[in-house]
Amino acid sequence: MLAFRMAVEFTAGQVEAIAQLAQLDLSPSEVELFARQLGDFLGYANELLAVDTRGVEPTAQMGNRQASDRPDEVRPSLDRDAALANAPDPALAAGLFKVPRVIG
Amino acid sequence: MTATASLRDVRDHIRSGARSAVEVVRESLSRIERLDPALHAFNTVTADRALERAREVDANRQAWRDAPLAGVPLALKDNLCTRGVRTTASSRMLEHFVPPYDATVVTRLERAGAIVVGKTNCDEFAMGSSNENSAFGPARNPWAHDRIPGGSSGGSAVSVATGMAIIALGSDTGGSIRQPAALCGVVGLKPTYGRVSRSGLIAFASSLDQVGPIARTAYDAALTLSVIGGADQADATTSSEPVPDFAAGLTGDIRGLRIGVPSSMLARGVDDDVLRAYRSALDMLAARGATLVDIELPHAAHAIGVYYLIATAEASSNLARYDGVRYGFRATPDPGTADQDLRTMYARTRGSGFGPEVKRRIMLGTYALSAGYYDAYYLKAQQVRTLILQDYDRAFAQVDVVAMPTAPTAAYKIGERVADPLQMYLGDIFTVSANLAGLPAISVPCGFTSGHLPIGLQLTGRRFDEATLLRLADAYQRDTRWHEAEPPIHQYAGP
Repeated sequence: MLAFRMAVEFTAGQVEAIAQLAQLDLSPSEVELFARQLGDFLGYANELLAVDTRGVEPTAQMGNRQASDRPDEVRPSLDRDAALANAPDPALAAGLFKVPRVIG
Repeated sequence: MTATASLRDVRDHIRSGARSAVEVVRESLSRIERLDPALHAFNTVTADRALERAREVDANRQAWRDAPLAGVPLALKDNLCTRGVRTTASSRMLEHFVPPYDATVVTRLERAGAIVVGKTNCDEFAMGSSNENSAFGPARNPWAHDRIPGGSSGGSAVSVATGMAIIALGSDTGGSIRQPAALCGVVGLKPTYGRVSRSGLIAFASSLDQVGPIARTAYDAALTLSVIGGADQADATTSSEPVPDFAAGLTGDIRGLRIGVPSSMLARGVDDDVLRAYRSALDMLAARGATLVDIELPHAAHAIGVYYLIATAEASSNLARYDGVRYGFRATPDPGTADQDLRTMYARTRGSGFGPEVKRRIMLGTYALSAGYYDAYYLKAQQVRTLILQDYDRAFAQVDVVAMPTAPTAAYKIGERVADPLQMYLGDIFTVSANLAGLPAISVPCGFTSGHLPIGLQLTGRRFDEATLLRLADAYQRDTRWHEAEPPIHQYAGP
């Protein structure tokens, strides 16, 4: 089925760099596993490079036949307490989500 | 009532007064109690709430008389928000998440009289084709306990196959309604992109996700789609295309319909039993007056690569919101340190809150979108997506629907593909194109393997032409009894 496969190899350092972009803490064994599995998948997906797409527009989303705009009117939305109810550390009285310190 | 009771039966019994909604819901709950410890189709069972609603329907029969789904037990995939009822997406990240609002589809079904009996097990954040990626353990196939039910809407398919629910909703990003429906021997319909509101569906890949019904019959799926379909102010991607009474269009008359057969796609990699069942289903449709036309979908072979680049890219963006601030789970600080800063908290929360498949996809999507690789992977995938779409446009100039098997094999054994995710991805070859092209597609039971595992026939149609898919599937079910076969649930049933 595939025109060709091109091996793709990831180093542990590359996987760690992607994990940092994705804000994901990975264990050393996950780094090793994902290095292999990302390589496997991209080795497979590299067959796309052989497809001639000169002049082909990208498709991001299947559009609607009609726009479904609605009037810009104020309408009821979620109650603030309800929106905070699932937070691990809400400041209910202040109506805020609390997070750990941002600046040292 | 047998496991194969249909929505139509149940609705008619309740309307005529032959059975009460409470009786019907109790039967559903008692099946869950007996079967679910072995099958694990449900993450949460809403027994008290369901019985309360059933009593309400019985007490106000007149008011509910014309409601199309009054008293019908409904199972919801656990990635559809239910106000006040835990909604986990089968993830540790949302294990204790209780939504403050209902998904639009839930509101519409409850308004039509359906009664939610529980939230069904699925792959974590709907990422998977086997239900093995649930943080709470896999659901099991009722036809063979050691096999996958398919995924990601595995629990929804199991619930309908065993009569634990009469209808269920799933979500389908690359086959997640159709493939488990096929593997469990029930009907699954992915509507046209924009047909059904995604408001309250926990997002995986927003340009591909669509909510749809899993049911015993095409008729039941038609009734359900008419209830859930249509424009929604809470989802700007919904279409104002009118929603027909789909059930009324099921005439059994399929004369003159042209069915496209992409033979070259089926030349390799499809199990012999699946191919036999597929061909014999096509013969039956032809015998009813449809015409078979050989077609080509030249770019279909690239669909898996395109799909897993686009879906993971969108997922990496959608799942950025799970960072330990708003949705329940936050990792505790490393015991060695007195404090943790914000970024450490994010990474620790996401590293421990997500399971392996979700992390794998976030990693792949992040890579595909990252500087230097965007053009090579994401943009290229979007361009080939256009070519796949154009293949279908060309096909639909010749034919009314395209027919394929839903999956290249029947249900495989639990654990078989865990070590090699690419093998699991390749099983989606026949389903992902419909999502990439935004087209409606249905899976209908079309036989069994020699090992007595269900097989599904998939029909894909023009945008917003679910009516033709349902008419063909219904016509086929008039001539066949596959959907009436009962899984060997006595083997798993508790006392």
